[in-house]
Amino acid sequence: MTTTVTSHRTRPPAEPATLRARRLPWYAAPALAVAALALSAVIVYGTDIGGPVLVVALGAVLYLTGLFAAANAVEGRRSARNRTWSALIHSAFVLAVLPLVSVVWTLVSKGAERLDVNFFQTSMNNIGARDANGGAYHAILGTLEQVGIATLITVPLGILCAIYIVEYGRGKFAFAIRFFVDVMTGIPSIVSGLFVLAFWVLVVSPWFNDGRPSFSGFAAALALSVLMLPTIVRSTEEMLRLVPPPLREGAYALGVPKWKTILRVVLPTALPGIVTGVMLAIARAAGETAPVLLVAGGGAAINVNPFENNQSSLSLFVYQQAGDASKYAPARAWTAALTLVALVLILTIAAKLLARRNRLSR
Amino acid sequence: MGETPHRSADAGTGGTRVTQSHEWPAGASARVAEAPVSTRSPGGVGLGGGGALPRSRKFGAERAFHGLTLAAGTAVLVIIAAIAIFLIAKAVPALRANTENFWSYEGWSPNETEPKFGIGTLAFGTVLSAALALLMAVPVALGIALYLSHYAPRRLGTALGFLVDLLAAVPSVVFGLWGRDIFVNPVRDFSVWLNEYFGWIPIFGGDGPFGKSIMLGALVLAIMVLPIITSLSREVFLQTPTANEEAALALGATRWEMLRTAVLPYGRPGIIAAVMLGLGRALGETIALAMTLGITFGISFNLIQNGGNTIAANIANAFGEANETGRGALIASGLVLFTITLIVNITARAIIYRRREFTESAA
Repeated sequence: MTTTVTSHRTRPPAEPATLRARRLPWYAAPALAVAALALSAVIVYGTDIGGPVLVVALGAVLYLTGLFAAANAVEGRRSARNRTWSALIHSAFVLAVLPLVSVVWTLVSKGAERLDVNFFQTSMNNIGARDANGGAYHAILGTLEQVGIATLITVPLGILCAIYIVEYGRGKFAFAIRFFVDVMTGIPSIVSGLFVLAFWVLVVSPWFNDGRPSFSGFAAALALSVLMLPTIVRSTEEMLRLVPPPLREGAYALGVPKWKTILRVVLPTALPGIVTGVMLAIARAAGETAPVLLVAGGGAAINVNPFENNQSSLSLFVYQQAGDASKYAPARAWTAALTLVALVLILTIAAKLLARRNRLSR
Repeated sequence: MGETPHRSADAGTGGTRVTQSHEWPAGASARVAEAPVSTRSPGGVGLGGGGALPRSRKFGAERAFHGLTLAAGTAVLVIIAAIAIFLIAKAVPALRANTENFWSYEGWSPNETEPKFGIGTLAFGTVLSAALALLMAVPVALGIALYLSHYAPRRLGTALGFLVDLLAAVPSVVFGLWGRDIFVNPVRDFSVWLNEYFGWIPIFGGDGPFGKSIMLGALVLAIMVLPIITSLSREVFLQTPTANEEAALALGATRWEMLRTAVLPYGRPGIIAAVMLGLGRALGETIALAMTLGITFGISFNLIQNGGNTIAANIANAFGEANETGRGALIASGLVLFTITLIVNITARAIIYRRREFTESAA
């Protein structure tokens, strides 16, 4: 109020009184951008200190300064700040999109090179440095087996743990479990790999294997379980909390015991959400390389048995092919990476779509 | 008129009770369920002459199921304890065999007959690369989160938010491969340029070769943690009460002033937690750094020369040719990493737990 009054007083009476603040014309921003780019091109090419990337970077800085100065002169300081920050926020978005587009583009263009039937039907057994063929059958098999076993271990364990936290747990003990589930989410994958190495491969596996430590796909599955468990517990816990209390109370009123209520009423209601969480956990586990490298060892041949001898996995295959000296290896690495990303993204998208159809939403 | 306040007071208490039972549904309903079952004496004090009600049995299905879930819950604590115990058990023999100081020696040769290894350089590289990555990723991630929550049209914001969530799922080995094969070229050019014009600053000095440097590793790491920080902080920003935002706008605030006075203060604990979680991920990242860093041992702040190493990357690279002491040494370094990430994560979670409304929905 006061500002309007004072501005009326200071303004000469001849000028028509307007309630709208003065604004930069609509063409000011694009014009400034072009001017900034032109100026930066002149500076960069005039002094010969860089290429087109520097022109854009310097142009952006010049544009931001120019925009601030112009808005400051015409619209005032607050509006100038608003415009500059808005431009910065938009440019942050553009800045982040560039590398991600590059990742996707490289993945598709380079991965298409070896995307043939042979790649999915052969292993790397007896494939030398001069052989152009060879494929990832053994790796895909390994990924499926390891992730499958890990899912079999973690899904019952995770769901029971979440049921304890939500339905039975009381006081400090339940809080401690909840807290450490959250902390467990942040355990690095390499540490879980080292744990299974120290626990299963070096201590337990010699019992089954004439006293020699042995790598196996099962060990990798154990390491992946450590990574999947907290994700599944957290998502299941959230879903169980969303089940409306009247459903439970209705079951109790009919005389159904609590355990049967949980199994027959609560779990089926929360099922779509739980499945979503499980699929996201599987997608995360399928992409892990480090634990598989430490405890499954990798291998070139097809190994169907997950309990004995080395096994590879798709992500480990990418890593090993990337480090291979053969000139055909990079193409295999990229195709395997494309396969892996496709697998992970299909799982993730399916999970998110399922979550969208879920009736128990927040 | 006399009755009206009484009724509204009743409705008020009813409302509170319902909200409570929404927050702790299990607690509210469990009391309802257990009350009749736990009355032991059939004809005595029980509610409504509970002779017809089932008695609680000592070894019934209910007890068994309760015990089963309790065991599953305890398993989490057991696993965390087991991780610490087994890592320590395997690390101690190697640490005993170490002929140099574990904390200060610069180098990693545990496979010799006189094992020498030190965590100093690796821990330094881990912290340096993670800190650099966060320094680059956090402002950009917050910018994107603000763009998605407050600048973009609602539909576009939702769609792009979905896309960001997808990017968080891309495996790290893919980012590593991309960083090693593609991204290294622009980074090398940039490093040469920096070295030419800013070589007088020590962090950009050196005579090359450039490329597989701390800078490449930190940039790749930044790109990887970006989606995580973005998606968490976007959720926090979206939860800002509309009343606060509208109040700021009604007082004449510009959009940036609204963001600064209403959205950012409200989201601060959430932002801190998101950054800490991103830090946890950056510290533990293995494969992407094993593929992009130029594995050397030595403490150097030079960002653009080939070099750099982290605890996790060293484990992945050195594991292949490690003997028993070597494995123990790597496990010891993993123990250090585990401790660091545990501290970071516990701090982040403690911050989140202070604000329950954030906990209920995010992460």
